Amino acid sequence: MLRDVYIAGCGMTGFGRAAGDLLDILEEAALAATEDAGLFSEIESVFVANMGAGILNHMSGLGSALVDRLCLYPTPAELVENGPASGGSAAKIGAYAVGSGAVDVALVVGGEKMRAVTGWEATDFVATLSHPQAEYIYGVTLPALAGMFARLYMEKYGITPEHLARVALKNHENGTKNPYAHIQQAVSLDGILNRPEAVVNNPWVAEPLRMFDCCPVSDGGAALVLCSKEVAEKTGKPLVKISGIGQATDTHAVHEREDPIELKAVQLAAKKAFEEAGIKPSDVDVAELHDAFTILEIAESEQVGFFERGTGHIALEKGETSLGGKLPINPSGGLKARGHPVGATGVAQLVEIAWQLRGDAGERQVKNARTGFTCNFGGFGNNVLCFVLEREN
Amino acid sequence: MAQLEEVLRPQVWEFPPYPAKSIMLASGETMVIRQAKREEVPVMLKAAAALTHVERDFYDIVAARAYAELLGWLRYRVRDEYCLVGLIDGMLVGLVNGRSLSKKVGVSYHTIAMRRGLRIGAHLFASKMEYHVEYLGQQEVYIVAESPIGFRRWMIEYGLEKRPQVHHELGGVMSWSLTRDLYFAAKDRLVVGERPVSDELLEKSATITVLEDDALIQQVAGKLK
Repeated sequence: MLRDVYIAGCGMTGFGRAAGDLLDILEEAALAATEDAGLFSEIESVFVANMGAGILNHMSGLGSALVDRLCLYPTPAELVENGPASGGSAAKIGAYAVGSGAVDVALVVGGEKMRAVTGWEATDFVATLSHPQAEYIYGVTLPALAGMFARLYMEKYGITPEHLARVALKNHENGTKNPYAHIQQAVSLDGILNRPEAVVNNPWVAEPLRMFDCCPVSDGGAALVLCSKEVAEKTGKPLVKISGIGQATDTHAVHEREDPIELKAVQLAAKKAFEEAGIKPSDVDVAELHDAFTILEIAESEQVGFFERGTGHIALEKGETSLGGKLPINPSGGLKARGHPVGATGVAQLVEIAWQLRGDAGERQVKNARTGFTCNFGGFGNNVLCFVLEREN
Repeated sequence: MAQLEEVLRPQVWEFPPYPAKSIMLASGETMVIRQAKREEVPVMLKAAAALTHVERDFYDIVAARAYAELLGWLRYRVRDEYCLVGLIDGMLVGLVNGRSLSKKVGVSYHTIAMRRGLRIGAHLFASKMEYHVEYLGQQEVYIVAESPIGFRRWMIEYGLEKRPQVHHELGGVMSWSLTRDLYFAAKDRLVVGERPVSDELLEKSATITVLEDDALIQQVAGKLK
């Protein structure tokens, strides 16, 4: 980028089930972020992230719809769709718009209204991102892909169902400290795994994954105001810089990969983000990873470089990824507890890290957090965006 | 008056009681499921009444109908009705009710979960089926669903059989049946709990308490976000 880009404002709606429609969600998140930044009329471009309004809500043209709702016209606006990585993509494009000097202030808003349909329909909608001839027509859903991935990963590295459950325990506990989280309910190892009751409390979804290994279907929105350093300094907020962005893709169909448990797009996107920021994974103080399924938090924590391959579950077991640990992962509750309105998730991850770096994360605040990282995982790892954020002052 | 009341009241079949059991929930809390006593109906009516205006997930129709059924039981106007309650430290977190149509056939009325996300409704419904099949020894239970959640939980999870010829007491919608075979086929994955319940837990569950109306409504419907 030609110049540095900063996060001047953050906003979120409560994730879960929204009373209003998709535009209400986008509007609420956008207004929260612009109010936080103290910038509204200064916005020169709007990027809206959404994956499924056409299918779920019978809506299109969300960029135009949102600027109209916000009375921001004639500000340029567009919709960015990149599956569950839509949020990360919109943030990247917004950052490039500011970083190129094309605009000084950009608004990035991600949102999804998934609970307008049944859980079955939502699962089918998300499955439309899979390969239409090689996966979707055979009934492969995202939980099914994650189940197969989990089976291989667990066998190779000795991960047990208890390790998966511990991801859920940690993230649900974090979710109880996040007023925006969809699920604010702690769970116990006995209740979801060890006791006979677990067969009902935590039924199989796609073996070896159970219900508490899967993120919920959520409504929600998140927004960021991105700007140049000159503008950011005038807001009086702590300066949070987007110091690295990485993106990579992989084969559409998972079975075409040389090794299906090698998340190459994750590895490449993370490497690029770290290189651009000029830091190492060990410099990161707090991270938000894309735990749509518990196994993904463990796998990503290794493949972005935080832990050696095959040791992510050990770090988890030792509490290194818990709040108060060496590298807290998903202090927001992650997708697992904060929720996963697909178009909003990538933006929500950045909002959480920005709050952490500003010291605004309340009960879940990671002490002395200066450097943060996000991984927004699209498809089943076929389009991944990673970001490094740093607090400057 | 007493004579007339005798005419108005239904005959009673003294059916065997449902033995209390305890279930650990996903949260690690222990829920006791026990049979409610007629004199406990007023406190359950208070909880049901609070939910009669919650449109979300059809709580309104389920709560309103359950209210009427429980009132019918309290005032001796329904034959062979029973109610099982789910309690965490005495706090009412759900209830199920039903009645016996005959010694061979049971009728499922309603299931109300007063805390969400912990499969309390699933546990209570399973206990209701357990009661009909294993303790009352009935051959089948007639069931209808008033919400998509109920339909998924009962009709699909138990693989219920359609009974279009049966007019269920809850109206003209499609009736379904849980047969003994279906129950025992589903039992391993859907029916859990520990017996006997310790004296300490039984003591904690001896008196039913309910949340204040606003808190209960928020617990069920959430803060709409």
